[in-house]
Amino acid sequence: MNDLMDYDDVMAAYDPVLGMEVHVELNTASKMFCGCDNASGGAPNTTTCPVCLGLPGSLPVVNGKAVESAIRIGLALNCEVATWCRFARKNYFYPDMTKNFQTSQYDEPICFDGHLDLEVDGRTYRIEIERVHMEEDAGKLTHAGATGRIHGAEYSLVDYNRAGTPLMEIVTKPIRGLGEHAPAVGRAYMAHLRELMRALGVSDARMEAGNLRCDANVSLMPKGDDELGTRTETKNVNSLRSVEGALRFEIQRQGAILAAGGRVHQETRHWHEEGWTSPGRSKEQAEDYRYFPEPDLVPVAPSREWVEELRATLPEPPAARRARLQDAWGFTDLEMRDVLGNEGSLDLIDATVAAGATAASARKWWLGELARRANEAGVDLAEVGVTPAEVAAVQALVDAGTVNDKLARQVFDGVIAGEGSPDAVVAARGLAVVSDDGALGAAVDAAIAANPDVAQKIRDGKVQAAGALIGQVMKEMRGKADAARVREILLEKLT
Amino acid sequence: MALSTAEVARLAELARIALTPEDLERLAPQLDVILEAVASVSEVAGADVPPTSHALALTNVFRPDAVRPSLGVEDALASAPAVEDERFRVPRILGEEQ
Repeated sequence: MNDLMDYDDVMAAYDPVLGMEVHVELNTASKMFCGCDNASGGAPNTTTCPVCLGLPGSLPVVNGKAVESAIRIGLALNCEVATWCRFARKNYFYPDMTKNFQTSQYDEPICFDGHLDLEVDGRTYRIEIERVHMEEDAGKLTHAGATGRIHGAEYSLVDYNRAGTPLMEIVTKPIRGLGEHAPAVGRAYMAHLRELMRALGVSDARMEAGNLRCDANVSLMPKGDDELGTRTETKNVNSLRSVEGALRFEIQRQGAILAAGGRVHQETRHWHEEGWTSPGRSKEQAEDYRYFPEPDLVPVAPSREWVEELRATLPEPPAARRARLQDAWGFTDLEMRDVLGNEGSLDLIDATVAAGATAASARKWWLGELARRANEAGVDLAEVGVTPAEVAAVQALVDAGTVNDKLARQVFDGVIAGEGSPDAVVAARGLAVVSDDGALGAAVDAAIAANPDVAQKIRDGKVQAAGALIGQVMKEMRGKADAARVREILLEKLT
Repeated sequence: MALSTAEVARLAELARIALTPEDLERLAPQLDVILEAVASVSEVAGADVPPTSHALALTNVFRPDAVRPSLGVEDALASAPAVEDERFRVPRILGEEQ
C-alpha cells in the first residue's frame, strides 16, 4: 500500500529532481541492422530474418538512414556529434531478444551534451541533454497467464517483428530547480520531444503505439541540500497525462516515506493508468550488463561535412514555427491555443493555407466540422478522409458562391465517401446553389403567397421578419439557394 | 591478482552457468591464469596504442535503408523449440523485463 503526502506539503520540504529517459522508434523503411520491413502491426514473426532473430553466423549491417536520423535528432537537441563512436553489446537474458544481448551504445554515444528549452506557463526551462544513443528495439512478449486465456500457464509467446527496430534513447541530465512545476515540465518535455520528432520526420512518435516511450526518474532532495536523493524509475509511461501523473504520484509517495524517516528504495516501478505506481524489479544488486564493444560492427565516424549537411536539413524549431504561423495567420492567443490543442491541426491548417485558403477559413473547417467528424469516427484529424487541398477547394467553392456552408458539409460527405474531388461531388450530387433569379423569384413568390401575414409585417417595415420567409425558401430549395440573394429578392418584392 | 571464487560465482550467475563449489575452486585459478596471460598484452602495448575492437580498420559501413524479403513466418519458426499462435513459446520469466 502506498502512503501519499499532500503535494504542497512535499513541496514545502523537498525539491524534486527529474531525469527523463525517452526511447524513440525510428520510422525507417527497414530495421536497424537488417533489411526486414520496419512497419509495425503485421502478423507475428513475418518480418524477421537471421540477423534480427540472432541466428548463428548472421552479421548485422548498420542502416545508414538510422544513423542520419540519430545525428539529426542530436543536432535538433543542440548536441555535439561524436567524431568516432562504437556500438556495444548489452548482455542480458530475457526472451525479448534471441541473441542474449541488445546491440546498443555504451560509453560512446553518437550525440551528447545538448539542451532543449521549454516554455511552461510563461517560464522557460532549460533541459540539459546528457546523450542520444542508437540501439535496437526488442520483441514483444505476451504472458500467457496475463491474458486469462490460458489460465495458470507458465509460459510466454514472443513476436520478433519489433526486434531490431531502430531505437534512439534520449537521456537528460538531472533536472533541478523545477519545484512544484516538475510534473508539468516532465509532461511538456515529452510533448516537445514528440513535436520535434514529427517535425524532423524521423518517427511517427505516437505514444499510444509505443513509438515514444518514457521512463521517468524522480528523487527528492531536502530543501537546502545539494546531494541528490535516491531515485525511482517509473517505466513505460505512455501518454502525456501519465507522465505528469506518474511524476506527481512518485513525488507524493517518496515524500511520505522520507517524512516518516524512511528510505526510498532504488527500484523500477510500473505505472498503472488508474493513477498509481507499484514496485517492479528491485535494483539492490547493481545491474551488470557486461557491456563490451560490438565486434561485428565497425565504428561510426561521421565526417564534419556530413554533420553540417544534416544540420542544414533541420526543420524550423517547433516553437519558432508556431510563433511565425500565429503571426502570419493573425490568430489571437486563444485561437492559437485551440489550434495547438487539436492534435495535427497546425500542420493541416498550414497545408490548407498553402493550398490557397485563408487561415480563418482553414481553421473554421478543421476545428469545426472536420474535428467533429474525426471525433465521431474516433480517428486523428489527419485521418478524417479529407486532405488540406480538398478543404481549400471546398472553401473556394464557398467563396465563389457555388455552395453555401450547409452544402459544403454535404460536399465533405461525398469526399469522405470517396466520390471524388469537391468539384466532382458538387457535379455528381447536384449540390450547387441556385442563383438563377427566375427560379429563386418563383420560390419567393410562393413563400409570400403562403405566408401573407409575415409578408405584410415586412411591408410594414419589420425587416427582421424576413428570416422566416428566407427559411421557407431555403427549405423549398432544399438548402441549395444562395441565402443572401434570396434576401435581396424578397426585400425587392416587399419594400 | 587472484580471482576470488565469489567473483567467479557472480560471473557464472550472470552467464546463467550452474557451478558447484568444487567447480568454483577448480575454475578460479584457471581463469586467473587466462586473465594474466591476456593482461600481458597491455604490458606490450604502449599508451599510444588504442585497444582494438574490430579486426578491420574500417569505419562507416552502412547499408541503404531498403526493405529486403524476410524469412517468412514458417521458416522463422522452423527451429523454435515450441510454437503457439505463430509465435515462439518460451518459459515464462517474470520480473526481468528490460
